[in-house]
Amino acid sequence: MEHIISVLVENKFGVLARVAGLFSARGYNIESLSVAPTLDPTTSMITIVTAGDDPIIEQIMKQLNKVVEVLKVVDLTETHFLDRETALIKVHTKPEHRDEAIRLADIFRAKIVDSSPNTYTIEITGDIEKVEAMIQMLKPLGIKELIRTGRIAISRETTHTASPRREPALLKT
Amino acid sequence: MKMTGAEIFCESLRREGVKTVFGLPGGVVLKIFDVLCQQKDLDLVLTRHEQGAAHMAEGYAKATGKAGVVLVTSGPGMTNIVTGLADAYMDSVPLVAFTGQVSTDLIGNDAFQEADNVGISRPCTKHNVLVKDVNDLAQTIKEAFYIATSGRPGPVLVDIPKDVSIAKAEFKYPDKVNLRGYNPTVNGNKNQVKQAAEEIMKAKKPMIYVGGGAVFADAADEIRELAELTQIPVTMTLMGLGSFPGTHPLSLGMLGMHGGYWTNMGMHHADLLIAVGARFDDRVTGKLSEFCPEARVIHIDIDPTSIKKTFHAHIPIVGDVKAVLRQLNVILRSMDGNPAQVKALRAPWIKQIDEWKKTHPLTYKQDDKIIKPQFVIEKLYELTKHNAIVATDVGQHQMFAAQYFKGSKPRTWLTSGGLGTMGFGFPAAIGAQVAFPDRLVLCITSEGSFQMNLQELVVAAERKLPVKIIVLNNGVHGMVRQWQDLFYEGRYSASILGKLPDFVKLADAYGIAGLRALKPSEVEPALKEGLKHKGPVLIDVHTDPYENCYPMIPAGGAHHQMMLEDPPELKLARKGGGHKRKVEEGEGVLPA
Repeated sequence: MEHIISVLVENKFGVLARVAGLFSARGYNIESLSVAPTLDPTTSMITIVTAGDDPIIEQIMKQLNKVVEVLKVVDLTETHFLDRETALIKVHTKPEHRDEAIRLADIFRAKIVDSSPNTYTIEITGDIEKVEAMIQMLKPLGIKELIRTGRIAISRETTHTASPRREPALLKT
Repeated sequence: MKMTGAEIFCESLRREGVKTVFGLPGGVVLKIFDVLCQQKDLDLVLTRHEQGAAHMAEGYAKATGKAGVVLVTSGPGMTNIVTGLADAYMDSVPLVAFTGQVSTDLIGNDAFQEADNVGISRPCTKHNVLVKDVNDLAQTIKEAFYIATSGRPGPVLVDIPKDVSIAKAEFKYPDKVNLRGYNPTVNGNKNQVKQAAEEIMKAKKPMIYVGGGAVFADAADEIRELAELTQIPVTMTLMGLGSFPGTHPLSLGMLGMHGGYWTNMGMHHADLLIAVGARFDDRVTGKLSEFCPEARVIHIDIDPTSIKKTFHAHIPIVGDVKAVLRQLNVILRSMDGNPAQVKALRAPWIKQIDEWKKTHPLTYKQDDKIIKPQFVIEKLYELTKHNAIVATDVGQHQMFAAQYFKGSKPRTWLTSGGLGTMGFGFPAAIGAQVAFPDRLVLCITSEGSFQMNLQELVVAAERKLPVKIIVLNNGVHGMVRQWQDLFYEGRYSASILGKLPDFVKLADAYGIAGLRALKPSEVEPALKEGLKHKGPVLIDVHTDPYENCYPMIPAGGAHHQMMLEDPPELKLARKGGGHKRKVEEGEGVLPA
């Protein structure tokens, strides 16, 4: 099962290597990884998406907690949380596809952030399903390049699962 | 007052109560060595190889309970201690290793003798730091000692660039450490401890299974109280030996791959397992799916990652072993007013274990021709009893020592358990002897292991450290040969050592007394003479190259599936010479 783990760490060199090393040393895979400083510049938040059965996740959580520079570890998948990812997608746009690309970006509430005679670069932010769906829809046009940030996540303050402004329902491909 | 990094280093060691540093100099640590040689109260033990320094510091730490200190140079100096760091990490030995690093402006330039010390040591240290600013040095050293010795102990590496050792800063040694992300749990959860006590009172066939964590937590008294209070037999892991007297009626000795028949059968039939500072290592458990099939499990450990890592625990208790056992004993004392009742409740179980012990004791047959390794250890134990600190290397001799040398006190058994490092024993014995110059320190080793760090003989000689080195010399890598006989049809691939040095002459070359025993009748006189000798001594004892270590749980076997003697096909092969090769064919195996 997939887990999103937030790891609050001291913002020092070598810490990311130690955290990543915990995974590699035990043969656990990291699906995605995102690191950035928090409000307090002496700390950083590492968001790790990984998969494993319960004993593996328990061991990962304990091992992370054991690292001296790790301040807090939370498995967000055990709570109510929001997750987001941003992708930049450069698509080929033959003249007959340019309108279609704009329409798709519109439907997905994505933005075209760069254009050239033969390409558009589309920026999309959303949960993983939305980003995946956008990619699937753009594939027939021809994706030249794709880059994703990896997921970040935050816990919800209330236990309601719905957000105030819900994302529009999306077509699953 | 402003001080150089090197001066801050020495002053910080002094504040930590360090008396001894094990190390070897080199280019980027010259400044530190220069200041160190001017300190009258800091003793540098100059080793002949950095690996020796790391294992000596381990021996020192295991024998004293204090952090062992290593000081080596950058590049090869650091890479040579990696085995020691990994060994210390596996066996939770508090070490603080200081490594030199090239100047900060050269880091990353592939400078002379540069290595990524922090990167290389990351997976085999509890914590490591590169000090880039001399103003951080004192604080870092304080933290290093705190981290190494607290919680589950382990090695910490502090990497000091050359320019940091020369630069000056105001010296202010911090009184205490405040690490936001590091705060080991000491006391156990009260409810969990109470539940554990209830389980203990209910159990009919309980076992206490003690690991190395109990030794480092100084919990020997608490374990003894628990065992005597509840009349529960105690078994120890290789690392846990000494935490409970081997001669105590409730002691079952070591368990696991080469544990006693009665011990492993006890484990297999137990209805309650009280694991104390142990980590369910594969050499202990054998086949996990059939390990302790009937037992409820109470697991007490300071390291949460050890709990439920390989084996389930019904009552996990995170905390310092000593503190938790004290909590537990208080509850047990209040619960149980009648020792006679407890004794009666456990009597059938103790009787059952005694029967197993009677039917299948440890055995070997000593004739008058060839020396059995077990015989040597038994004699050595008879002659020295409980006064010795014993360091061992790794292999058959280590297992025989664990079986036959019944240690009685914690910190008198120094061995490499987790990593299984051949070459550990002799430097570890030196480290212990440096810490306790007046105590009897034995190094039980073999010709294979001893050759891995014999360069340190000169340290014993020049410092007149009276270590007694007993080399059980059978001309083969015994444990490898045993496995080849049992599982590889006797093809002795690379296990016959062939040409061996004359160890007596070797000792002589280093200025150390050497003795030799070739026949069983010579064992006792040689040991007696060696033990009487004032200085260091090496006793070369030629033992049976074909002797196998039993009981043995074959890899992947369960505790009740022990081999107790050579299987029939092996006995037959020996008689008919059916083996591909014979040990005797090795060149000069037994130099008589």
